[in-house]
Amino acid sequence: MTAYKEEMVRVGSTNVRILSGGEGEPLLFLHGANGGGKWLPALEKLAQHYRVMAPEHPGFGKSDEPEWLEEMYDLVLFYDEFLKHYKLDKVHLVGHSLGGWLAAEFAVAYPDRLRSLTLIAAPGIFVEGVIPGDNFMWNREELIRNLFYDQELAEQILSQELSSEEVEMSVKNSETTAKLVWVPRWHNKKLKKRLGRIQAPTLIVWGKEDKLFPLEYGYAWEKLISGAKLAVFEQCGHSPHIEKTEPFVESVTTFIQNIH
Amino acid sequence: MKLFFFHLMPWPYLDPDFDKTYTTAWVKLPNKFYDPEKGNKLYNRYLDELEKAEELGFDGICVNEHHQTAYGQMPSPNIMAAALARRTKRAKIAILGNALPLYEFPLRVAEEISMLDVLTGGRIISGFVRGIGAEYHTFPVNPTESRDRFNEAFDLIQKAWTSREVFNFSGKYYSSNYVNIWPRPLQDPHPPIWIPSQGSMETVEWTAERKFVYLQTFSPTSQLKRYLDMYKEVAETQFGYKAQPEQLGWAVPIYLAETDAKAMEEARPHIEFFFNKLIRMPNEFYFPPGYLTRRSMKMVMESKKGLSQYRPLEQLMEEGTVIVGSPSTVLDKLKHYHSQIGFGNLVCMLQFATLNHEMTLKNMHMFATEIMPHLKDL
Repeated sequence: MTAYKEEMVRVGSTNVRILSGGEGEPLLFLHGANGGGKWLPALEKLAQHYRVMAPEHPGFGKSDEPEWLEEMYDLVLFYDEFLKHYKLDKVHLVGHSLGGWLAAEFAVAYPDRLRSLTLIAAPGIFVEGVIPGDNFMWNREELIRNLFYDQELAEQILSQELSSEEVEMSVKNSETTAKLVWVPRWHNKKLKKRLGRIQAPTLIVWGKEDKLFPLEYGYAWEKLISGAKLAVFEQCGHSPHIEKTEPFVESVTTFIQNIH
Repeated sequence: MKLFFFHLMPWPYLDPDFDKTYTTAWVKLPNKFYDPEKGNKLYNRYLDELEKAEELGFDGICVNEHHQTAYGQMPSPNIMAAALARRTKRAKIAILGNALPLYEFPLRVAEEISMLDVLTGGRIISGFVRGIGAEYHTFPVNPTESRDRFNEAFDLIQKAWTSREVFNFSGKYYSSNYVNIWPRPLQDPHPPIWIPSQGSMETVEWTAERKFVYLQTFSPTSQLKRYLDMYKEVAETQFGYKAQPEQLGWAVPIYLAETDAKAMEEARPHIEFFFNKLIRMPNEFYFPPGYLTRRSMKMVMESKKGLSQYRPLEQLMEEGTVIVGSPSTVLDKLKHYHSQIGFGNLVCMLQFATLNHEMTLKNMHMFATEIMPHLKDL
C-alpha cells in the first residue's frame, strides 16, 4: 500500500485537511458533496502513478468554514491559492460530482493551469428535459440507495451507525453543499457559454445508472467541451470511482498516458 | 386578554388516503387535486367566517401565508387582508405573517402593509415569518440564508416605514438607490409586529429585544410555557425590562360542543386529519440544510424519526396542543393555562382541516357566547 499523509495545511487564512500520497505528475482530486477526508481505494491506486492530492474543501469535514465562502466561485479562487501554495504550475484535475462542477469552473477560470481535466458525474450545467434526483429531499437511506447501483454496498454503508462526530460533519457538509448549489439547483447558468475556454484534454466519466445526475448529463458535457471523451460504466451509480474502482483508474491512467 | 380568530383556509376535499401515494400535502402534491370551482365557493365561505368573527366580538381576525400545499390556500396573505379590509370595520386584521425571505425584494411588504394600514384606518397587525422549510424547496431562496435574509429584510422594512426622507439601502441581499414608500403606514411608528413561531431561542431573543409580540403556534403547552418563559427571562436579563402579557400570544385549535364526549366525537376526524395528514411532512421537507441551527439539526438527525408520529386526539388534548370539550372544560383549561403561563393574546383556530361551515359557525358561536365573556377581562 502506498503511504499517504493526512495533515492540516494553512492556505491563505484558511486551514484545510489534505490527504496526499504517491509521486509523479500532480493530480488534484476534488471531492463531492458528501465530503472528503477518506483515502479511497481509487486514490490509493492513482497514487501508484501520480502525486495525488485530495484536500477537503473549505466548509467541509475538518476544514475551516471561512466567512468568504458563499458560492462556487469562491472555491475556484481558493484552489488558485492552493496551487500557488504548493508551487504547482499545472495539474491533472479530477473532480467528482460537486467537485466535478468545481473542476469545470476552475478549468474555465484558469485554462492554462491544467494538464488534463476529468469530470466524474458532474453537475454544473442545466440539461433540458432531464430531471435530476433531488438529494435534498431524500432521507439518508434513500440517498445511499440512490447513489449506488450495488445495493449490497448500500446496505453495508447503511448498517454502519454514524458517530456523533460523523453526524456533525454530515450536517456541516450538507449545509455547505446547500450554500453552493441550492439556487439555481446544482448549476451555474453562465458556465455553458464559457466552456469554450477549456483547453485541457477532457475525460467525462459516468455511471450508467446514476440516479442523481442521469447519464444524459454525461452526453451533454461530451458535446459542450471540445474534444471531450466519455467513459460510461455499466451497473454503476453516481460514484464510478467507488463502485468501479479498477476500470475507473484504468480509464483515467490510459487517458492521461494518451495525452503524452 | 385579546381574542383573535385565525383561519388557515385549508383545502378540505383531499382523499383521506392521499398520503399513501404522495407522503405529504406539501411541495409535490399535484394541483390536479385543486378544483377552482370549489375553490371559489371555499374562499367566499372562509372569508364569511372571518367576517363573522368580527360580528361575534373577536378583537382581531388572522390570515397567513403558505405555498404549494393543501394545508392552506393563502399564498398571499395580503390579498386576503385586502379582501377583508372594506368588509370589516372594527376588528384588527393580523397577517401572520409575510414570509420575508421568500420575497425577491421585500420592500414590497413594506408597501403592501402600508397600503392596508391606511385603507383600514390603522387596523393592521404585521406578522413576519421566515416561511417553513418546505417553502425553500419551492422558492429560489437558499435555506442557509434564511435567517440572514429575514433580518436584513426586516431592517429594510422598518427603516422604510419610519424614515421620512428618501434613503439608499445596500445590504448583502437587497439594495435600492431610492427607498421612499408611498403610502407610509397610518399607525405610528408602524403597525404592531407579531412573530409567530413554533419555538426557537434565536427567534425568542430577536423578538424580545425589539419588544414585539411572540406568538407560539400549534404546540404542546409544555413548549408554550418554555418559550413564553424564555421570552420573559430574556427580556429581563438581557434587555432589562419586564415583559407584559400583551407581548405574548398562543395560537391553538379549539373545539366546543355541549359535552366533552360530543366535542371529542365531532372534532376527532378533523383534528386528526389536520395534525396527522395536512401538517405532516418528512424531515427533509421540514428542515432543509441551514434552516435550523447546527445544534438543532444534529438533534433532528440523531432522533432518526422520519415523519412525525401519528397523534390521536387524546394525545393532542393531553399535550394541550388542542383544546376540545364542553364550555366549562374549555374555559377551565384556558383559565388554567393563562394563570400558569400569562399570555395576553389568544389566537383561536376554530376551523381546521375538514370542519364544515355549519360546525365552524356553531363552534364560533359557542366560543363567543360561552367563553369570550369570561376571558376578555383576564
